[in-house]
Amino acid sequence: MSGPKYPGFDTLALHAGQSPDPATGSRAVPIYQTTSYVFRDTEHAASLFNMERAGHVYSRISNPTVAVLEERVAALEGGVGAIAAASGQAALHLAVATLMGAGDHVVASGSLYGGSHNLLGYTLKRFGIETTFINPRDLDGWKKAIRPNTRLLFGETLGNPGLDVLDVPAVAAIAHDAKVPLLVDATFTTPYLMNHFGLGADLLYHSATKFLGGHGVAIGGVLVDSGRFDWEASGKFATLTAPYEGFHGMDFEEESGTRAFLLRARREGLRDFGACMAPMTAFQILQGIETLHVRMPRHVENTRAAVAFLARHSQVEKVIYPELDSHPDHALCKRLLPKGAGAVFSFEIKGGRPAGRKFIESLRVFSHLANVGDAKSLVIHPATTTHYRMSDADLAKSGITAGTVRLSIGLESSTDLMEDLDRALKAAAKA
Amino acid sequence: MELAVDRRRAFAYTASHAFEPQKPTLVFVHGAGLDHSLFGLQSRYFGYHGRNVLALDLPGHGRSEGPPLPTIAAMADWVVSVLDAQHIAQASIVGHSMGALVALEAANRRPERVERIACIGVAYPMKVSEAFLEAARKNEQTAFDMETIWGHAPQVPFGGNPNPGMWMYGDALARLARLAPGVLYTDLKACDDYLSDFAGVKCPVLFILGKRDVMTPPRAATALAQKLHAQVEVVELSGHSLMAEAPDDTLDALVEFFSEIRTDRPGR
Repeated sequence: MSGPKYPGFDTLALHAGQSPDPATGSRAVPIYQTTSYVFRDTEHAASLFNMERAGHVYSRISNPTVAVLEERVAALEGGVGAIAAASGQAALHLAVATLMGAGDHVVASGSLYGGSHNLLGYTLKRFGIETTFINPRDLDGWKKAIRPNTRLLFGETLGNPGLDVLDVPAVAAIAHDAKVPLLVDATFTTPYLMNHFGLGADLLYHSATKFLGGHGVAIGGVLVDSGRFDWEASGKFATLTAPYEGFHGMDFEEESGTRAFLLRARREGLRDFGACMAPMTAFQILQGIETLHVRMPRHVENTRAAVAFLARHSQVEKVIYPELDSHPDHALCKRLLPKGAGAVFSFEIKGGRPAGRKFIESLRVFSHLANVGDAKSLVIHPATTTHYRMSDADLAKSGITAGTVRLSIGLESSTDLMEDLDRALKAAAKA
Repeated sequence: MELAVDRRRAFAYTASHAFEPQKPTLVFVHGAGLDHSLFGLQSRYFGYHGRNVLALDLPGHGRSEGPPLPTIAAMADWVVSVLDAQHIAQASIVGHSMGALVALEAANRRPERVERIACIGVAYPMKVSEAFLEAARKNEQTAFDMETIWGHAPQVPFGGNPNPGMWMYGDALARLARLAPGVLYTDLKACDDYLSDFAGVKCPVLFILGKRDVMTPPRAATALAQKLHAQVEVVELSGHSLMAEAPDDTLDALVEFFSEIRTDRPGR
């Protein structure tokens, strides 16, 4: 008997979650465009509803195409399983709503995507869930913000807008000392660039809209559980360890151990909130994942070229990318992200808002839009778009300036990208 | 449910049902390094279909207090102690892998207490390779990798899991990561050491085997099946983790086997 060997990342990206379709032999993942599934008989129906048999009942809860995506992302991340959701935002909401309710508390990095900040800072507050935002680099700040009712620590692996590298092992240790899990938004790092669970995160989610899909044609999210957090031992998670009237008195941890979180998230979260993923969306995101291991190195390679080019350009004040010596998380980046710090970064253009506006309008290859992680290169100038009502002082509070430009580097010819940036910077110099 | 067995805290999953003396009882015993939740679907089914269910965490596993028991005989005695603690005169036992040996040994030692046994993923002798034992003794990750990879059919990493959205390898590794050091070694050593003539086994026996099982391949159960006149069901596409890889086939075989036990009979 030879020694054990796991399939490699590249193989899992292509195969995990799917065997050729037993009904037709289809090699590609079939799109099961159906809302529901015929029961063999009433006994079969009852046993599916009561979780005595595995299978699908209704596509809001599970769907065979979506299940392939879920299993594949779980395999790539090394989790026990996953749940696909309507968007990354839906995945974050599903995670929080599964773990806590009114009166509970989250400690979150202040360096978050605006949508996540809105959900935690404003919307969930209305439902009784409070969040304390802290500087993610301040490890003492994480500790001090934890209260008796804290149920979750949360941060982005690469935070907005300063590309703060989350010290996942250190923050996970703080979370575990407090008997709560660490959830990370792993969108910018993908399973290719960071081993999130290996570093200590307990839960993670992706906006699959970004690098996982890569094509910019589908909105989706995926929530993954490592299965390593012991909810019973923590004693802080009644949603997982106490009988739930909404499912015939089920104690999810007792029922399923390592799968408790995902079981509750699916059986309650998808059932009641309903933010599920459509099978066509799952199929589209799967097409992207099949080339994730090919695309990410090229994303990083092109990004490093763009960063180097901009860092020496006379029209550029500063480049913010964790691989640069000047970045405060440079050493941490080398330790946690040996394959690269991703393909999203920002720089400060000289000349403030007018220069930023002219730069954006002079680009030909980069697309001006509000997204990242596309195979095509993308750009946005917050001071003239998403943050255009803000004064320079208010921009500073958000960690940006009037000259901040965010780039998401795609897979085009590196030469073409440099020429595009150079042309636009020269035009901006005359603004 | 929490039990006190041999003055230690033990846990049995009951499918959210209170014990009813008039019902027949099914005891589920898990394999090496695992816990009751491996039988989640199957034990839940029987709990909702007229049986008392006791899906056990053996000592040192899951929610049961340690230390782990060093021999299959000790585990079999412990299972009988659970029956004693619950005042159950006779029960049927479903065991997986190491748990199947426990079921056999309980039937062998205390035939009057065991009505039927179903052995899932069983082989006899259940020899464990030196490399696997040594890695487990040293608590090396390699041991968990061996348990995970050899514990599933070769096609498992290429999916798909009958349980939507779940990754079997990840689940196995997460369970093993929760084990206290030494538990897996103790279990594997108990399997490796186990010898019996099975002279006491008189009850009906079912073997459910995975055709793609590389840990306990069906051929390694043939001689014992013949000796015990066991009914044998071979699941075509499954490896060793039949309850997860082929949950419906496993359940169907169990339902048929235990259907001969009436659920409306007087209590024992």
